[in-house]
Amino acid sequence: MASLKSIKKRIVSVKNTRQITKAMKMVSAAKLRRAQENVVAARPYAKKLGEVMQSLATNLEGDLHPLLEKRDAKKLLLIVITSDRGLCGGFNTNLCKAGDRYIKEKMNSYEQVSVLTVGRKGYEFLKSRYTVYKNFANVLAKPSYQTAAMLAQEVIDGFVAGEYDQVELLYNSFRTVMSQDITFQQLLPVEPEVTGASDETPVEYIYEPSVGELLAEILPKNIEVQIFKAMLETVAGEHGARMTAMDSASKNANEMIGKLTLQYNRARQAAITTELMEIISGSESIKG
Amino acid sequence: MAEKMKLEIVTPYKKVVDTEIEEVTATGKLGEFGVLPGHAPFLTSLKIGELVFKNNGVTEHMSLNWGYFEVCDDKIIVLVETAETASEIDIERAKAAQGRAEEALKKLTSEDKQFKVYEAALERAIIRMQVAGKAVRK
Repeated sequence: MASLKSIKKRIVSVKNTRQITKAMKMVSAAKLRRAQENVVAARPYAKKLGEVMQSLATNLEGDLHPLLEKRDAKKLLLIVITSDRGLCGGFNTNLCKAGDRYIKEKMNSYEQVSVLTVGRKGYEFLKSRYTVYKNFANVLAKPSYQTAAMLAQEVIDGFVAGEYDQVELLYNSFRTVMSQDITFQQLLPVEPEVTGASDETPVEYIYEPSVGELLAEILPKNIEVQIFKAMLETVAGEHGARMTAMDSASKNANEMIGKLTLQYNRARQAAITTELMEIISGSESIKG
Repeated sequence: MAEKMKLEIVTPYKKVVDTEIEEVTATGKLGEFGVLPGHAPFLTSLKIGELVFKNNGVTEHMSLNWGYFEVCDDKIIVLVETAETASEIDIERAKAAQGRAEEALKKLTSEDKQFKVYEAALERAIIRMQVAGKAVRK
């Protein structure tokens, strides 16, 4: 049996760990709330923009915008959004693994699959396997629209220049605090959702300037918003995942402390019993 | 009694305005325009500029960044990247931004990629100060 001292030491160290995991859980809970608010706040904008785009796309005549152009998909760009920091359970690992599988699968049908990462964890995972041609780290601590816009610009430039024919986004979408969904989303070319023919009576809008020009402005915006939304959801998901992970870590620590305390008490009891035995047998032998 | 319209101004960060109004004026890409209740469905893009709306005789000024303006059934939806009411604007910051942008523009030529960025920044700063000035006068 382990010595009393070493058990005591372990108890103390587990207690320290518990302290940390508890604190991290609280921090995540607070951050989660804020991140969740951000996600909710960004939703109306994304939704409205989508609606406007729909109504424009259905009214579009004439030339297609370059961002709508469908080419033979040969070169794929996958944008992987992960968190910068770990200790959030399988949040990043699961996403990276899904990405890894996806890339392997796509390697067969595409000539070239490039990877762009946002967040340190995804970069570290994927750089050893593929060439990550660009990484944006430390942008998620405070996700800003500017970052999303910058990233979107980069992607759009690459797409228009023909560096890739298809762009997909891989991120954890925020479903509930406990669960995040791994989501693949096609960014480019933009595919306007085909709404059913039973569309509500189409409203005749006055467009100023023309539909084409409006669409040309709104398409890149839409990509920015999609990326921004993905970033916000990743942040919310990260905190959610960390909170759950830290909660279960705290629970495990409690359990461990319980077990160790039991062991400690047993060991102490055993030590006392042995000492008593020694004393009794000692006094017995004196008597005898 | 004047009819009213519903005005919503939405940015990626939050819904800035959600209110009933009587009249609104904004800067469109092709120039300034006004909308009164009963306007036909209308969709346009906005420039960096000012948006003014009136409700019960109270006039509110806002500075907007790039965005969209949609009217449909007396409901106005404005999608913008940033929107600030006159009282929210930090004049000092706008001045500093103007100074920075002017400095940068002096060094650049119109062919530079950065030129447009700073030009837009300069425009934003000027509009912000304009709008902020109106809040003081009120």
